[in-house]
Amino acid sequence: MIGRIGLVAWHVFKESVRDRVLYGIAGFAVLLVAASILVGQLTAGEDIKIIKDLGLATIELAGVLMTVFIGVGLVSREIERRSIFALLAKPLPRWEFIVGKYVGLVLTIFVNVAAMTAALYLMLAYMSWGALEVERRAWAAPATDPRLLIAVALIAAELALLTAVALFFSTFSSSALLSVALTVGLFIAGLLSHDLQHFGDIVEVPHAVATFVAAIGWSLPAFSAFSDVKNLIVQGQPVAGGYVAMTLLYAAIYSTAAIAAAVGIFSRREFK
Amino acid sequence: MSAGKTALATLAATVVLVGAAAAVLRARDRGYYIPEPTERLLYLRSGSTANRVFLSFDAMAADIYWIRSIQNYGRDRTSDRADRFQLLYPLLDLTTTLDPYFNIAYRFGAILLAVEEPQGPGRPDLAIKLLLKGIEKNPRWQYPYDIGFVHYWYTNDYQEAARWFERAAAMPGAPEWIRPLAAITMASGGDRQSARRMLNELLSSTEQYIRQTAQRDLLKLDAVDTIDRLNAVLAEFNQKNGRYPTDLDELVRARVLTSVPVDPTGEPFAYDPITHAIGLSPTSKIGALPKKMNSR
Repeated sequence: MIGRIGLVAWHVFKESVRDRVLYGIAGFAVLLVAASILVGQLTAGEDIKIIKDLGLATIELAGVLMTVFIGVGLVSREIERRSIFALLAKPLPRWEFIVGKYVGLVLTIFVNVAAMTAALYLMLAYMSWGALEVERRAWAAPATDPRLLIAVALIAAELALLTAVALFFSTFSSSALLSVALTVGLFIAGLLSHDLQHFGDIVEVPHAVATFVAAIGWSLPAFSAFSDVKNLIVQGQPVAGGYVAMTLLYAAIYSTAAIAAAVGIFSRREFK
Repeated sequence: MSAGKTALATLAATVVLVGAAAAVLRARDRGYYIPEPTERLLYLRSGSTANRVFLSFDAMAADIYWIRSIQNYGRDRTSDRADRFQLLYPLLDLTTTLDPYFNIAYRFGAILLAVEEPQGPGRPDLAIKLLLKGIEKNPRWQYPYDIGFVHYWYTNDYQEAARWFERAAAMPGAPEWIRPLAAITMASGGDRQSARRMLNELLSSTEQYIRQTAQRDLLKLDAVDTIDRLNAVLAEFNQKNGRYPTDLDELVRARVLTSVPVDPTGEPFAYDPITHAIGLSPTSKIGALPKKMNSR
């Protein structure tokens, strides 16, 4: 079973790294991380903070673009190319096919995130090397702060969750454009999920309405849950290990839920 | 298992898992306090609205707004528009709402807001408001100290200044010299010696912009010292000759002074022969002098 899932995942990884879209986005991301040095020069102090913010935002944005544009085609492309018939004829349960696809794309995304993180650390090391001691003392956290990896880990968890969502939409929609729209729509709704969860605190509405909206807010994938830690780490503030662990646990459980839903739909789907 | 049963089982699993995920998130939010990056108010041009618009990129947006604040200040300082500096506070407020830990935006932002006309908006009230927001979001001794400094230097309310220095001294990490400073301010507020001491402390700040502002303010104190000496010379001239000089050159011709006195930036002082008042030349780059600064 593990071997079959691994085989599908490896196939997805090999196929994805050949995708020109991936190179375009990764190249753009590395350039943007490098350009953050120039942006840092324009600011009055805190250039290291700005390079870190811009670098982390670039990693997240590029990761989201990669996930959406590759993730939505994971299953629908197989259907479009008719290669799904050959795959389903093989002794490969449908759920293993879905899980393999997911693992393969998550691997691709993680490799890219690692490459972008390395580029960011290189930029920060270069800035730190050229800085005066008095400037270093003014930084809220060291330039090559290893705690940045916590922020990167949470971005990776967010992207793993988004991959599961994209895969879910990919299983029932044969139109790539529709899948992109649905995934991006749910991503934006998820970024606003915190406001929906506390809707009653923000807007004066009847209790029943507030409860209904809050229920929707708690049911949506909470992409907003991953962003707070970035600010804290960049500003050298402490972050509780339990907070990070629970956020990672949330991503793991919700991703499993989305994959289970994808398996449920895919197992009933008929191909003609 | 048939396809129908698999679908049903996965549907049930999905519902249970989404519920479990929501429970984990709720437990996390209840168990760990992360300061809200925004007040829960909805109005236009507010940080809250911006926070929603920028989704998870609020830290980067804060950087952009900080750059805009600096650019706005620089542009307005050289402008002669009546509404200049109007956007400075909203921009700083947005920056610090998007990133409540943006230390330099509070500290340097407060200095920019407090600087008197014509070099700044002359709004110590807004400077204090910004620093109070900093204390609320991220308590550190520098913010109450800066509020004390704004009271000392800009509003000349020495009782308030001493109260804020006391508060700063009581906060974790505050240096030893703040507590005596509070006592001196309370006893003899407005003396140049204490002002010099505070400015010299700011000279050791790690932020270049705070150091530059302190250097400029020290030059202002030098100018006030020179004006005091010139006033004494004028009084002596009047006592000896029964009249005041028509211009400062007359003091040089009478060999009372060796040369026409200049301010620390090299601009000659302005002298009004009618009121006999000495002040900075309108073209001087020092800016407005502190209003009530005793020579003690």
